[in-house]
Amino acid sequence: MQQLLNFFFKNRTTVLFLILFLVAFTITTQSHDYHKSKLLNSSNQISGSIHGVFSSIGNYFNLKQENTLLLEENNWLKSQVFNSIIKIIDTLEFEKKFKLTPTLVNKNSYQYLENYITLDIGENDGVKEDFGVITSKGIVGIIDQTSSKYARVLSILNTKSKINAKIKQSNHFGTLGWDGINHNIVQLNDIQDLAEIAIGDTIVTSGFSYTFPENIPIGTVESYKLNDTKDLYVVNVRLFNDMTNLRHVHVINNLDIDELQTLNPANE
Amino acid sequence: MNSILFSNTVRFVLLILFQVFICNQMNFFGNINPYIYILFILLYPVKNNRVSFIFFSFCLGLIIDIFLDSGGAHAAASVSIAYFRPIFLKFSFGSAYEYQAIKFNDSEILQRIIYFALLILIHHLILFILVVFDGTKTNMIVSRALSSGVFTLFLTLILQTLFSQKEK
Repeated sequence: MQQLLNFFFKNRTTVLFLILFLVAFTITTQSHDYHKSKLLNSSNQISGSIHGVFSSIGNYFNLKQENTLLLEENNWLKSQVFNSIIKIIDTLEFEKKFKLTPTLVNKNSYQYLENYITLDIGENDGVKEDFGVITSKGIVGIIDQTSSKYARVLSILNTKSKINAKIKQSNHFGTLGWDGINHNIVQLNDIQDLAEIAIGDTIVTSGFSYTFPENIPIGTVESYKLNDTKDLYVVNVRLFNDMTNLRHVHVINNLDIDELQTLNPANE
Repeated sequence: MNSILFSNTVRFVLLILFQVFICNQMNFFGNINPYIYILFILLYPVKNNRVSFIFFSFCLGLIIDIFLDSGGAHAAASVSIAYFRPIFLKFSFGSAYEYQAIKFNDSEILQRIIYFALLILIHHLILFILVVFDGTKTNMIVSRALSSGVFTLFLTLILQTLFSQKEK
């Protein structure tokens, strides 16, 4: 026993190094597992508030761009109102099932394989896990961690992200993922080989999951090919959103989610 | 002694802020960022308590990880180069290390570059292996480690020259 203790004491730097390396390695592997990294992420109070201070300084640099974006969105919404009365009733219907909350992006990344976005909104504002996040142009991701004031979003530019999507014209659906290569292009997998795809087709959300309503735009078809087993298409989708430049986003809350989940607990 | 402690504490805090809010917003060619926070490990006094040095390096990496949502990748890479640093000090500075008389500020530029480059390379390789975490993407790991490694080396050398006090 004495010798063992002596051995550890003599090699204490090596032992400490091995222990710390193992700890770091374990945290890393857990963070690669979905839903496990509860403690160490950017939505916690301290790092969240520091990110908030710096992003509020950065806000001023993008005011002009944001104004144009808001003007475009207003323009689109007004043209909807002026051109069709039935659409207005549809939007009211939409309001009943989904509640939208506007918020700001505190931190965004797109250079890694697993990218996360931190939002300036949290449990105090009624935000929970699995709420969807969109901009006026298209989808951004799904909330995966929350603290009382901040929330972390699993970006669509994350190799772990899986979102249901479909081709707008033909209603063939698949899973949207990312291969980590280009931050403007994501992949729509598992599309039936019977589907007719044309370059330039619009890809939208399918509405099968409870996170996003149907027909939220995602992007257009850039190119497509058969997968390795030659029975399903892999479609490269060019995003409408510029994921490198996000400021104002909306959090979507599906008000019927509890009811839907009791009806079909297996479906996420 | 106290001034060394003070300057290292200041360096620790400033490097974290500089890393998170400036270096990680650079995104050259889409995904190349320098990781200059390891300057703390590179320039830590040679005469030191190794146990506390390794522990500080771990904390530094872990704080960076929390800000960047990268699990424990930075912590693992930092703690490794902190542990293996003496080997590289001996390799690049030779006999000066034996007498523990290295002054980073007035060492030969070539020795300094070799020392920085080797440690940065090892740090970045470990970092990107853990960040990518996919055995089939070796090309991506190596290319990202090399491209941001060159960038980091460049910036650390500039920063070190800028902020070194010349003793005459």
